[in-house]
Amino acid sequence: MDNGRFFLLLAVMVVTTYLIRAIPFVFFRKKITNEKVKAFFDYIPYAVLSSMTFPAMLYATGSILPSAAGLLAALILSWRERSLLVVALGTCSAAFAVNLLLLLIA
Amino acid sequence: MPLNYKKGFSQGLAIGLGYLSVSFSFGILAVSCGLTWWQAVLISICNLTSAGQVAGVGIMAAGGLPLEMAVTTLVINLRYSLMSISLTQKTDESMTTPARIVTSAFITDEIFGVASGQDKPVTRNYMLGLATLPVLGWTLGTLLGALCGNLLPEIVSESLAIGIYGMFVAIVLPAAKKEKGIAAVSVISVVLSVIFWYVPALKENITSGFAIIICSIVSALLGALFIPKKKEENANG
Repeated sequence: MDNGRFFLLLAVMVVTTYLIRAIPFVFFRKKITNEKVKAFFDYIPYAVLSSMTFPAMLYATGSILPSAAGLLAALILSWRERSLLVVALGTCSAAFAVNLLLLLIA
Repeated sequence: MPLNYKKGFSQGLAIGLGYLSVSFSFGILAVSCGLTWWQAVLISICNLTSAGQVAGVGIMAAGGLPLEMAVTTLVINLRYSLMSISLTQKTDESMTTPARIVTSAFITDEIFGVASGQDKPVTRNYMLGLATLPVLGWTLGTLLGALCGNLLPEIVSESLAIGIYGMFVAIVLPAAKKEKGIAAVSVISVVLSVIFWYVPALKENITSGFAIIICSIVSALLGALFIPKKKEENANG
């Protein structure tokens, strides 16, 4: 792809992505007082993260078994309220261990 | 003590490491789509978003039109608008207009997730601290992936790709344990997401960005209507 085309598409992508974040963050100032509306925005982060994680997580390593092991590790460590880093590393390690096991068996 | 730069910086470590691995795979992907290493890095620095960048690179590779790029990016990233509004309810007076213009660029799923999980109001310096390592990790990972992705054994890069999802679980599960409203909303969101994923007619016609928006809005709406929040959080917004 030539550079002119690349920079044009990049600019469109960057401006769109930035404005989506910035417009609401810069211009929305008032505190939401309506209980239901407030509850909605309090629930949004967890709703977004949940639907992004499952079932996509099962396909994140390319095969189901290592991913399922990673998910299980993430659930156990999170239930015990370990830090984000510990959970992330535990998830990767579990997936890697099962991946390695499958490789050795095959 | 209010949330400061240092607190944000240290909380950003987990996100930064997660991003390092995810952007590593983005770097590999971008180069395999025909982009150069510096183009891949430039995309990552300027966008700081995973799904949007993957779709964007796909459009570039296919020789897509600017309008197509704008619409796709808008749909996939529209969830950030919801997060931005949600986050405005948690910021304190250090979030002036210039501070908002700068820090809004760093609103990603993970940074937002961690920031909104804080007990105290979110300050400008905290947001800058929280964003530091993720931005570094995202950029460095892209560079490494683009330059030497092929050197790493597949089994390692594949196992690294899942870490970011582990972090999502670590944000949601402890919160769901404490509040049954969050638990209910998360379960509904997952059930909807499973339906969008496995019903062929939906999977083929609705992009993943749109599916996430629909799942999130419907589940949060149901939660807001039927499971009102406890009073405790109203003190500082």
